[in-house]
Order: sequence, then structure tokens, then C-alpha cells
Amino acid sequence: MLLSDIREGQNARIVRVGGNGALRRRIFEMGIIHGAEVHVEKYAPLKDPLELIVKGYHLSLRVEEAAQITVEPV
Amino acid sequence: MNSRKLTIALAGNPNSGKTTIFNNLTGAHQKVGNWSGVTVEKKEGVISRHGYELTIIDLPGTYSLTPFSIEEIVARNFVLDAHPDVVIDIIDASNLERSLYLATQLREIDCKVLFALNMADMAKSRGVKIHADKLSELLEVPVVFTVGNKNEGMDALLKKAIELAEAPRQISQSRKVRYSPDIETAVADLQEFIHQALPDTLPYNERWTAVKLIEDDKIVRERILSLSGERRQEIETRIRLSRQYIMDRFDDDPEIIMTDERYGFIAGIVKEAVTTSAQQRVDISRNIDLVLTNRFIGFPIFVIFIWGMFQLTFSLGKYPQEWITVCVHAISTALELHLPDSLFKDLLLNGVIAGVGSVIVFLPNILILFFCISLFEDTGYMARTAFLMDKIMHAIGLHGKSFIPMLMGFGCNVPAIMATRTLESEKDRILTVLITPFMSCSAKLPIYIVLTGTFFAARAGTVIFIIYLTGVVLSIITGRLLRTTLLRGLDAPFVMELPPYRIPMAKSVVIHMWERSKMFLKKMGNVILIGSVIIWALSAFPRDITYSRNYGAEIQNLRRQEAIQTPGDAAARKSLKKETAAAIDTIKGQMQAEQVEKSYMGQLGKLLAPVFAPIGIDWRGSVALMSGFVAKEIVVSTLGILYGARGNDKTEALRTALSSSDMTPLSAVSMLVFVLLYLPCLATIATIRRELHSWKWTAFSIGYSTSLAWVVAFVVYHSGKFLGF
Repeated sequence: MLLSDIREGQNARIVRVGGNGALRRRIFEMGIIHGAEVHVEKYAPLKDPLELIVKGYHLSLRVEEAAQITVEPV
Repeated sequence: MNSRKLTIALAGNPNSGKTTIFNNLTGAHQKVGNWSGVTVEKKEGVISRHGYELTIIDLPGTYSLTPFSIEEIVARNFVLDAHPDVVIDIIDASNLERSLYLATQLREIDCKVLFALNMADMAKSRGVKIHADKLSELLEVPVVFTVGNKNEGMDALLKKAIELAEAPRQISQSRKVRYSPDIETAVADLQEFIHQALPDTLPYNERWTAVKLIEDDKIVRERILSLSGERRQEIETRIRLSRQYIMDRFDDDPEIIMTDERYGFIAGIVKEAVTTSAQQRVDISRNIDLVLTNRFIGFPIFVIFIWGMFQLTFSLGKYPQEWITVCVHAISTALELHLPDSLFKDLLLNGVIAGVGSVIVFLPNILILFFCISLFEDTGYMARTAFLMDKIMHAIGLHGKSFIPMLMGFGCNVPAIMATRTLESEKDRILTVLITPFMSCSAKLPIYIVLTGTFFAARAGTVIFIIYLTGVVLSIITGRLLRTTLLRGLDAPFVMELPPYRIPMAKSVVIHMWERSKMFLKKMGNVILIGSVIIWALSAFPRDITYSRNYGAEIQNLRRQEAIQTPGDAAARKSLKKETAAAIDTIKGQMQAEQVEKSYMGQLGKLLAPVFAPIGIDWRGSVALMSGFVAKEIVVSTLGILYGARGNDKTEALRTALSSSDMTPLSAVSMLVFVLLYLPCLATIATIRRELHSWKWTAFSIGYSTSLAWVVAFVVYHSGKFLGF
């Protein structure tokens, strides 16, 4: 399952972060690492980007970026 | 007294309260500049405390020290190369885990680090208790509690920093980040190898260098390879082998594994140093966002805020703007009366005062605009605007944050371009700066009004609307075009923090406003002054024009006639006087028109006439457009002079003159398009140059906009002709 498939208000655990080098690393550095639990807080009014809560803070990602992150629902 | 000098650098995540602490520490003693060669703001302040002269440097806010963004490169290079005596890492207590990521990276570099655990009171109210002594012990870094927005802990922080700076350098290796055994083996091996290969010449700490080489850090890699001379090949192979060693074991890139392990290390620390109580209090910030980024009312509220900002900037700004205009006018009237006629007087009045006066009127707008922008930034709303607008901006290849500067462009390009500083990626910034001038600024409106009013009367509003729309469409096309060519590359990933809402601090808002205005006055003043004098000289010289008619004699003649006729009847006398005055005024206007026509400016206009002829603009139009280089408003007054429009209602006179000239509605449209797109005014160009730090991009902006203007005007003019307009 992809992070972009998770609906508003649901939680998920990160399984794998795909994508190219720099972006992937940046996502990791912001705390989206294997095993981290994220909460999908909401999608923007135009359905992109989305807002996550990870490690206690709020982070936004584009849907295309979230589509490269594999998760498992919790 | 010759006090000892120390350099203290402040590092920390964006929104960690770093700027507030910097403002608290340095107060008014700060200097804002740029880091050499880049558009990242450099703030430093010098203060005297406890017998020391302390230079405090505010490093750009970053989440990590991996050199991806300019900010990260700047911050890391400063720590590595300038060797500050102490680095204070501001740790946002309510965001401990992520803050510690930067902290572990600083800890890995061989420098003296001190933690300022900021806003621990807020974290505590959220049920998170941080045991500073435990944290300090685990990372072997001194920790000081601070509350930036209450100005608490600042003195303790400086005392500790001085103490640390004076302490003997003694950094233990034991408490640094430990990786898993396989990685440690690879690091140790490579460390040993570079120690032997490059003894003495290694610029950085050995372990750190080895870690960075394994992480394939481009900057460190280049630096090491450039030092390695004939052993280059051998070193390159060794680095590849070390990376391969880890990749074989973990089945992923070493840098990813190491980031993962750093977070693992942090998780261990957090577990020991933090206790979280079960009771969670209401998260105010989250509740605010339920409204402000709400699916239904998020956008309407956003529009209201932006509308409010515009209203404040341009409506409220109008009053001080009027006062400034009155002052400038009073000064020039006083000089007009008291100075004898001379070239110097002309220079002072029509060059210096007119030029600088036309720019200084923007100061109130800039003050108000930056007040609003700092309010948006300091409260945290700016990130939300990006969140709301990103989908739309992404379509042009831009980041959501580009929206605000582009919108401001409709008011005035100068503050708009200054507002691009809020963008993190340099490419985004360049692109936004390049397309912002296509947002038709308010100074162009008088030109539109005169031309459309003359040629399209009833449909003027529609035509103006289409002109604005053309600008927006061309900015989108330009954005997409440049994204796929010169500024190719991904627009910055939208991995953006939505920081908690905070109440802005008056001090920081005021400092922000003051810095901007000072910069505006200083830098713009220079360029504008020189530019206005040049334009003035072009239109005032040569002095020895041979006029086609003897204007002086004609005026004398009219006066004489008036004196001879003098009717007895008071009413008739009055009307005669009025008639004569009007006739004299017309002659004066004709004289001025001829003077400008024969000046260098007029000559240049005629020289350029062949360039403008294909787009249906005559030499008068080209002179007017050239004068618009100083400020767009001037185009109308130059047209007025060239068409000899005089009298009380100059606009009306100009309209009459234009409609009886050989200008057609079609050539008017062509001129409108050209005005919309051609090179921005001097103040804007100076700002572009300042913000982009590059003459190359400034020249590109000028060249691109002007050629686009010409091409579009050409297409419009000729398709219009073809269609029979």
C-alpha cells in the first residue's frame, strides 16, 4: 500500500521509501524512516499536497512524493 | 580595554526560535548582508559581554547539514571553514527528535557545540518532560534552557558559550553517533586509509571525513580528491569499495542506512531523556488548522487575508504616499523659486528630485507589505498559503510559496521580488523573479487607462482585463518553458514543515521591516539616482538646439498684443488674459516638444524608430517607452510632452492629441502589449540584480522580457492588420 492511498485521519507505518537520491534522502532526514508511524492529518483543499504528523510535528508532502512511499496501515 | 574576541554561531531548524534568540542576544546591533555569492541572508551582531567581544552569527535555519540546499551548504561551510569558537544549536523542545538530527550532525563535526533547549515550557504543557542533564550526559554536550519569546536564559547561554570556548578542546569520541558494527568497520577502515594517504593535509576531522565519503557527499569528495594528487585513482577506488561493502550488507545506499541509524541513535536518547505523560492537552495549532486549511473555508479565508494585505499595502499606503509626494513637491517648488535658472537647477529638479522622488513614494507600501509578510511568516501562516496554493503553482513548475511574490507583483514588482527570499530553492527563486514582472504592476495602469480610454472608450475595462490576463498567461508559459530549458530540474520537493502557529513578537516584526526598508532606501537610492540623472541628461542635452520657430519672440508678441488691446470692460479683459495665457501655454508646450524631439533622447527615439515601426509605434512612442525605464508612470507624462498636451487636465488634452494623431486602435493595442511585457523599471531591475546576485540573470530578464514584448506586439499588430483592423 502507498502512503498516497491512506485516507484522512488514518495511521500508517513506513515500510519503504522509494524515489530518487536527493528527494529520498530529504524525506528520510525529515524523520520518515523505516518503521516510523505517520498520521495522515488531511489533504489540501485541492487534494494535493497532504499533511502528515510524524515524530510529533506536521509535515506536508505532494501526492506524487507520497506515492513513492510504501506503508502498511496500522 | 582590549577584550578578547569570540565567534559564536547559532544553528538550528527553521521555526526553532533561532531568529528570536538572535534578536534577543544582539538587539539593535545587527548587520544584515548576504553570504558571499549566494542570496542567503547573513545576519551578524557584535556585542560586549563579560569582558568579551562576541560576534554572533545567525546561520541559515536547516534541518540537516547534508549539502542539498544553499542554506545547508552555507551553514556547514561556516562551521567547517570559519571555525567558530562555539556553535550553539537551538533545539526546539517540542520537536526534539527532529531537532536532534541536526544536533547529531553537528556533534559529528569536530566543533564545540552547546545546546539551547528552547521552549521547553511549551513542550511541558504538551506533556513532554525533557531531562536536560540526561540529554547533556548522553550526548556530552552542555545544555542550557531558554525561552526565546520571553527572553529567558539568554545570559546563561552566553556565559556557558564563553566557558565552553575557553575550555581546552577535548571532544570525546565515545559519545558520538555509533553506527552498527558493519558500518563502523567500513568507517574505521576508510578513516585509517585516508589518515595514511593524506597525513597533515586533511582539512576536516578524520572520522567525519570518512563518514561523509561513505555517504557520497559531493563537496567533501571533491575536496579530498583535489588534495590527493597522484593517489586520486586509488582513493576513489577505496571509497567505492567502502560504499559497496555497506551496500552488499544492507541492500540500500549507505547514506540512507546511516540516516536511518542516526534516527535510531536519537530514538535511544529520546527514550532515556524524555518522559511523556499520558494526558495530552488540546493542540491549539491543530485546531486553528481545522479552520485555516479547511477543505471548504480554507480558500475563502486565504483570499480574505490576501485581500486585506493588498488593502493595507495600497490603500493605507496611499496616505503616507501622498504626504511624501507633497513633501517632494514642496521641496522642488521651494528650489524652483529660490534657485536661479541654471543647468544645475534643472539637474537637481528634473533629474535628482524627480527621479528619487518617484521611488521614495514606494517606501510606505514596502513598509506595510513587509509588515504583513513578516506577520504571515512569524505566525506560521506562510507555510499554510504554500500548502493551499501548491497544486496550482506546481502546474507552472513552481513551489506553493511562489504565489505570494507573484501576487504582489500586481502592486509593485520591487517588494514582490524582495519577497522571493522566502523561497528556499535557488532555481525556484530565479524563476519566480523572472516571471513576476509579467504581473502587470500598478504603475502601468495609468498608461492603460489613457490608451484604452482614448481608443476603446466603452470597452476600456475589458481591454485592460485582457491585458492583465495576457500577462498571467505569458508568465505561465514562460515558467513552463524555463523549467524545461534553462532552469531544468525538479522544482523543489514539497517536503515542508507546517510549523505550529505562534504569536508574532513585535520586536522581530519591527526588525524585519526596518531591515527591508533600510536596504530599499540604500541600494535603490544609488541606482535610481544614477539612472534618473542619465535619463535626465539624455532629455536635457544638447543645450544649443536650433528651434524651427522663434518661440521666445512669439510669446513676446502675444504679450505685447495683450497689452495693446486692453479692453475697458473687466470681463473682456479677463477673458483676453485667459486666452493669451492659453496661447502662451500652447507655444511653451510646442517648444518643450521640440526640445525633447531634438534632445539625445529624441534622437535615440528616432534612431530606434525602425525597430518600433514593425509593431506600429512611432518615434514618440519609442521615446515615451524609453523614459518608462525610470518608472512606468513617466510614459504618460512623456507622451504628454511629445504631443504638446498642456493645460489643467493633461490626461484629457493627451487623449485629444492621441486621437487626432496617426495612432490607430491597433497600434494602441500593440503599445499596450509592449508596455505590459517590456523591460521592468529601473527600481525593479536594481532589485532583481540584488536578489539574484547575478548580472547574467538580470540581463536575461531584461533581454527576455523586451524581446518577448516585441514578438508578441509584432504578432498582435500584424494579425490585426491581416484581419483588417
